[in-house]
Amino acid sequence: MAEKHLMCGNEALSEAAVAAGCRCYFGYPITPQNEVTAYMSRRMPEVGGQFVQSESELAAINMVFGAAVVGARAITTSSSPGISLMQEGISYIAANELPAVIVNVMRGGPGLGNIGPSQADYFQATRGGGHGDYRTIVLTPASVQEIVDHVILAFDLADRYRNPVLILIDGVLGQMVEPVEIAPPPAADLPAKDWALTGCKGRPPNKSRSLILGENELLEMNRRLQEKYRAIEAAEARHEAVDAADAEILLVAYGSPARTCRSVVRKYRERGYRIGLFRPVTAWPFPSAALAECAKGASAVLVVEMSAGQLVEDVRLTLGPAANVLLLGKPGGEVIQAGELEAEIDRIIGLHKMKRR
Amino acid sequence: MEEERIVIAGFGGQGIMFLGKLLCHAGMLDGRHITYLPSYGVEVRGGTACCNVIISSEEIASPVITSPTTAIIMNTPSMIRYEPEIVKRGLLIVNSSIVDRHPKRKDIGVVMLPATTIADRMGNTRVANMVALGGFLSKSQIVKTETVLAAVGEVLPPYRQHLAELNRRAILEGKAAADAQGPDAIWSKITRGFGLG
Repeated sequence: MAEKHLMCGNEALSEAAVAAGCRCYFGYPITPQNEVTAYMSRRMPEVGGQFVQSESELAAINMVFGAAVVGARAITTSSSPGISLMQEGISYIAANELPAVIVNVMRGGPGLGNIGPSQADYFQATRGGGHGDYRTIVLTPASVQEIVDHVILAFDLADRYRNPVLILIDGVLGQMVEPVEIAPPPAADLPAKDWALTGCKGRPPNKSRSLILGENELLEMNRRLQEKYRAIEAAEARHEAVDAADAEILLVAYGSPARTCRSVVRKYRERGYRIGLFRPVTAWPFPSAALAECAKGASAVLVVEMSAGQLVEDVRLTLGPAANVLLLGKPGGEVIQAGELEAEIDRIIGLHKMKRR
Repeated sequence: MEEERIVIAGFGGQGIMFLGKLLCHAGMLDGRHITYLPSYGVEVRGGTACCNVIISSEEIASPVITSPTTAIIMNTPSMIRYEPEIVKRGLLIVNSSIVDRHPKRKDIGVVMLPATTIADRMGNTRVANMVALGGFLSKSQIVKTETVLAAVGEVLPPYRQHLAELNRRAILEGKAAADAQGPDAIWSKITRGFGLG
């Protein structure tokens, strides 16, 4: 289906999972991602796949665990409170080095919060989330088409690195409708799943476990994991830069706020101000080297996020204490309006007496 | 830049979402950039339903509308909520069969369209949304009427295809009624522009 279709982010991500060859969906309803569960309940039977509405998020993530360990492509989706419930399972999947795709359509928190769009699960996503020294690859699409592309990418990255991949979407992106193209991806060159538990007739048995009690064994396992994470950091950091090369003010944002930033950048560029946008496309690995390069000439770096100050920590970690890193953060499931952003940019322009070119 | 930021609001069950999706689909067929964002989550039948539709000649930043260029209003609570938000020289389409008051604004174009009455006369009260859409097409050139008519069949689900022709006729009835109405005292003072404020 290479023609354009109108789909909301949640429906598009569901169809993209089908296009990526995923035949296992397990999930529990929660707003604002319910369209995924609804779509998959109809679509999975059509393509000979498995749809299970689980009794809880804990069950859903452990069903993904079970499907992954036998070599199947599996996905679960939820929203913030549900993703919190899945953290134990994600830690186990990471420890067992299994591929899995998890989508978080974030809503306002903490606690049960509200159903408004939010980005307040950035810390949870990028710092592991569950217990133990592990990482999940984190993709942050900013359009319905990019959601589709990222779902397909996520399954490949999960298989390539035998690691859980998390896709972070906010409620706006899950609900909004845009034209999309969904085509079955060309076959990626991925390693064989010779580790899968598929019955060991004619071969030595495989095993998958995360309880590792022998002396130094867990240390060795952790060292191996860390080597893998360094390899992922070296190869998979992604970003997009818009008018960043000569920017005096550099905006940093991901997901739907990055869209607002992009239009504001265009507006201020037309007025002659040197302003740009840096958009992390992977939140882990964080594209530090690229950000450092883009921010070189900036006298102010303004981080724009629908949370109280989470992305800003990675930006400060990257640019160091000497950099002028500012925050426009809005928590509580509320959207950042272009007007609020422009007021902050005008304040910075005034403060630094920036001139039009 | 040509851009319409359209808020469509009314009661749940009035076909607010269908109207929005149809406009978007037509916008896409016309080669425009489009976004559609429904209000979601806590809606109930008879409660308020609302969607945000942006149709633009350029890439769209946020799908969330704060200053609509057009509001298509199907009930009184939505009129109270959205009339003040419309940009100057914007457009307000009112289902005057149901909305019990006149707009206060003098700086916007207003079409008072008895959409539900027209729909009832056509034999199906549920196409009042299409009558209102016709009112919009009478005053805005952001999508072609032919494209909207063609899109009806594509947006209706298979089990509703028998209603396609009725929906098309309702659009044309609404457009004719709005054509006959303007330019009125308010409308004559207003030059309809795109991409305002």
